[in-house]
Amino acid sequence: MSAAELGALNARELRNAERRHRWYLFGSGLPALLLVLLTFVLPIGWLFWLSLFDANGQLTTENYTRLLEPIYILTFVQTFKISVIVTLVCVAVGYPYAYFMIKGPRWLSNLAMALLLVSLWTSLLVRTYAWLIILQRRGIANDLLMSLGITDAPLALVHNLTGTVIGMVHIMLPFMILPLFAAMKSIDPIYNQAAATFGASPARAFRDVFLPLSLPGLAAGATLVFVITLGFYVTPALLGGGKVQMISMRIESDVSMYANWGAASSLGVVLLVTTLLILFIVKKSAGLGRRSE
Amino acid sequence: MSEEHKLSMSIDIENLTKTYGSFAALDDVSLSIKSGEFLSLLGSSGSGKTTLLMALAGFVSPNAGSIRFGGREMVFEPPHKRDVGMMFQSYALFPHMNVFQNVAYPLKLRGYSRADIRQRVQQALAMVELDNLIERNITELSGGQRQRIALARAIVFEPKILLMDEPLSALDKRLRETMQLELRRLHERLGMTVVYVTHDQREALTMSDRIAVMSKGKIRQIDTPVNLYERPANRFIAEFVGESSCLPVTLQDGQVMFQGRPLRGVTPVAGLSKPSLVVRPEKLQFVTADASDYNCLHGHVTDVIFQGESQLVQIDLGEGMVVAIRRPTRSSENNRLPSRGDAVVLGLHLKDTLVVGDEQ
Repeated sequence: MSAAELGALNARELRNAERRHRWYLFGSGLPALLLVLLTFVLPIGWLFWLSLFDANGQLTTENYTRLLEPIYILTFVQTFKISVIVTLVCVAVGYPYAYFMIKGPRWLSNLAMALLLVSLWTSLLVRTYAWLIILQRRGIANDLLMSLGITDAPLALVHNLTGTVIGMVHIMLPFMILPLFAAMKSIDPIYNQAAATFGASPARAFRDVFLPLSLPGLAAGATLVFVITLGFYVTPALLGGGKVQMISMRIESDVSMYANWGAASSLGVVLLVTTLLILFIVKKSAGLGRRSE
Repeated sequence: MSEEHKLSMSIDIENLTKTYGSFAALDDVSLSIKSGEFLSLLGSSGSGKTTLLMALAGFVSPNAGSIRFGGREMVFEPPHKRDVGMMFQSYALFPHMNVFQNVAYPLKLRGYSRADIRQRVQQALAMVELDNLIERNITELSGGQRQRIALARAIVFEPKILLMDEPLSALDKRLRETMQLELRRLHERLGMTVVYVTHDQREALTMSDRIAVMSKGKIRQIDTPVNLYERPANRFIAEFVGESSCLPVTLQDGQVMFQGRPLRGVTPVAGLSKPSLVVRPEKLQFVTADASDYNCLHGHVTDVIFQGESQLVQIDLGEGMVVAIRRPTRSSENNRLPSRGDAVVLGLHLKDTLVVGDEQ
């Protein structure tokens, strides 16, 4: 066999190996692909399909025009308002929490992480009911506030917006802190040292160097919290006491009380589209897609 | 002289000690660095050289001792009030700022006007020959470019003291050698006091006015490159600086004996513990046994190694002693190179004959 023939033979074999490798990759990804198709793409497609029909099975746009009624607009506004509040509180609480996990002594950092994970691993329902008990009229929170003399009469801490926000913030905090912690952990302390040698006080170094470098983590956490909060159901339903209406609760009542799948579906579609829109905007503006070094 | 004083500052370190548990990273270190001097701290990892630099920068707080910059006590000053320039091993360029913002940062902190900042940044970048990259992102730069930007940032505010922590170690050999010469020229031009940490003895020899060799938290010898190389204080320094073999010698009847013969050109120092003869490859010559100005070492060739600019001939002197002799690769010389197994006589000139003791 000549050298040229051998080269051609090798080229053919290498091409075959490449093809086999591609099929292998495709094959190993296939089950997951099918699962996503089955559990995600199909139901959402079906949801969208349902939203185009009224209760009698007639093709209609009324499911969407109805969303312009004040009661629905109000629900949307309230949902976004709550999401914004919960996200802001999560940022305000989560940023210092993550910062002290990074900068604090090791044992404190480990303790903080353990508390966070225990909270994350506890059932959502358990945590929500726990807040119900803590925040009720004669609950621990009111007892404490009164014994400290901060208030004379028990405050209404639950079955309203306050209780809803407290419960949701607690449940969403890990989603804020964990990405933030990961981002902060990857910031080399040498940058702060460098800033210091060039004359930056610790506060100035934080502002000029640490904070900007932690922003991608902050954006990731805030987006996660905001998006999950948009579709939150259990906690606002239990802690809101009927005074807090979020989209998810409207969907639930449309289905279980009125059996109106079309109306519920249109709400779901709008919520999904809004969420995707927000993700898109955040990705574009905060540069989350840009890979930092 | 007064001009010089404006640009640089002396550093006085006295009895500086830093312990981590029972480990002494700095063990009673005292050192005076003259204003405008280029001083290298040379040592292997764990010798305390980086700890000493970090103590100067203010990131390591000593347990005892004093650090004075131009006579002013610095031990209690936080890093941001020490007003030193610093170059880090990993450069530590801020990834969220571009080249201009990075170099401008020290000036911004010092409240310079916008126009002044732009002019000084441009000057500093011109000095490292990268003024064309002013708007680039840090991620778009090569290792060598980053190194120069870090240098520009460290000198842009004309610090009187410049600290450098192995700034060239990440570069390849050729670039490193170019940068060594550039740093030296820059130091001559700007005149600030430089403390330069390195584990590369060749780098230290190339650049420094003086070198402090450190090990186990102590300074073992501090001297000019020439003296350090030619007159090492002890065996540790002799082996650490340059490629050298230290061959055991004995003291007998007021003479230094090697291979059963007295060494000429050295006077034995009484009380020298474990004396040894320092032999460096470039100091040796092939001689005949009766050469008058040379001490003769007898052995046979075990290997001839081609290294490009020179050839290294390894020679077994018996009793487990091995030395190497370096010959430049010149056609006229190579004809006279022996081959493996040959018995040879090596000559060490009387002026190059040096006997040192162990430390202590």
